Amino acid sequence: MISFEHVSKRYPNGREALTDLSFDIHDGEMAFLTGRSGAGKSTVLKLIALLERPTRGQVLVNGDNTAKLPLRRVPLFRRGLGVVFQDHRLLMDRPVFDNVALPLIVADTSFREIEKRVRAALDQVGLLGKERVAPLELSVGEQQRVGIARAIVSKPPLLVADEPTGNLDATLAAEVMGLFRRFNEVGVTVVVATHDLHLVRESGLREIVLDDGRSQTPPMPPMQALR
Amino acid sequence: MPGSLSNWIARHAHALVSTTGHLGRHGFATVLTVAVMGLALALPLALNVLVRNVRDATGDFSEAVGLSVYLKPEVPEQKARQLAKSAGERTGVASATLITASEALAEFRAQSGFGAALDALPDNPLPNVLTIRPAPDAASPSQLEALRSYLLSWPEVDSVQLDRDWVLRFSAILELLRRVVLITAVLLGAGVIAVVGNTIRLEILNRRAEIEVTKLVGGTNAFVRRPFLYAGVLYGILAGSIAWSIVALARASLAPAAMRLATAYGSGFTLEGPSFSELGILLLSGMVLGWLGAWIAAARQLARIEPRTA
Repeated sequence: MISFEHVSKRYPNGREALTDLSFDIHDGEMAFLTGRSGAGKSTVLKLIALLERPTRGQVLVNGDNTAKLPLRRVPLFRRGLGVVFQDHRLLMDRPVFDNVALPLIVADTSFREIEKRVRAALDQVGLLGKERVAPLELSVGEQQRVGIARAIVSKPPLLVADEPTGNLDATLAAEVMGLFRRFNEVGVTVVVATHDLHLVRESGLREIVLDDGRSQTPPMPPMQALR
Repeated sequence: MPGSLSNWIARHAHALVSTTGHLGRHGFATVLTVAVMGLALALPLALNVLVRNVRDATGDFSEAVGLSVYLKPEVPEQKARQLAKSAGERTGVASATLITASEALAEFRAQSGFGAALDALPDNPLPNVLTIRPAPDAASPSQLEALRSYLLSWPEVDSVQLDRDWVLRFSAILELLRRVVLITAVLLGAGVIAVVGNTIRLEILNRRAEIEVTKLVGGTNAFVRRPFLYAGVLYGILAGSIAWSIVALARASLAPAAMRLATAYGSGFTLEGPSFSELGILLLSGMVLGWLGAWIAAARQLARIEPRTA
């Protein structure tokens, strides 16, 4: 599903965010990206979502080599994955329904289908009935869940989340993490960047630790021992 | 692919409706933009209407234009009448009137005040003269010139005088005005593109977050651009209607004064307003200019808005 092969990323300002990074995430797997701030977690996610292209090496996502994908195919590529942001990036002047419907609207889905899928997505994140509410009237946890509903509404095979629990307290964070696990159980590949090590280790799932742009541990075993 | 046409219609309808709503919600900004564009379009239209009215008002000048054909003194009046008749039958000639030497003398005597001096002359010194008016469709400078040389070739004709300078000057003035209209239209059309372009540019900057998210969830540039193009076209249509209304109102307020002036000159002239075909041209050019301005702004700005890089 995702394959990084000797990937380096240098930003135009000269900062090298990733150095010779290699890892694979398989179809249907759920994995965490951890590491200190500035270790390169966000850069990895940007490379996966094709917000950036690698300077060296290869990034393969859904079978596409992101370095070689022509610009006009980028929109189609992005429809194949859902992205959740720490600051959720909702459109505050639009009701919940419009926010969640956006990925379907850009993909020319029929209105009847949009109606159905938006309700299904909101149901999955526990916000059914909030379609007409403005995001500002929702709590922080609910706003984050609207962001998640938007990421999954088009049923992408891959879900990518950047610090999705960063602004949430422990209970809400556990709730959100539970949502991701449920999507994973129905076959969605999930990659979550976080520095909430407690949640990661509780989950017993795979952890990819980044330090200064390099992978620091053998990818497979969970990190229980480090405690 | 079944349903793809209805999807296409649906997404364009969606873009149109959301754009209309957006312009409506930002009423004041929309009014300002459309007003500037409308005034810019109104000026060339007003000039064009003015030129058309000037041409109409002076249309009878072609009748005033004429040729005076001076016959040789030895040509008798009888022969002069025949010549007048055959000149009048020529195509391109509306009428040919003979002013006989004695009529001319009588008129001169009455108007000049030289009656006593004329009595002292042994003979009438004035020749017979034919006054020829060209038909309205044969009054161009070159046609008049051709008619003049034809008449000059008659053996009885001494000289032909043509009010040619007048015609030439007048059509030169009209031609000049037409070019002024054209240049004004081109300049102000460019101004309209600039106004729309700037408005759309600001609009894109205002909606940057929305555009970023849209592109992030897989929206194409065409999808993102669409509502802005619709906005440009709507601005253009509104501006075109406003421009036409401005000129129509101006015409209505000037009409009574123009009527009094025409009456004072004994003319049946009435001030014409902008025509419906001009309305069509305005709406069409407004749409095209608005679309163009929006497209230029969108192409420049959207290329810059890729989802955040660092």
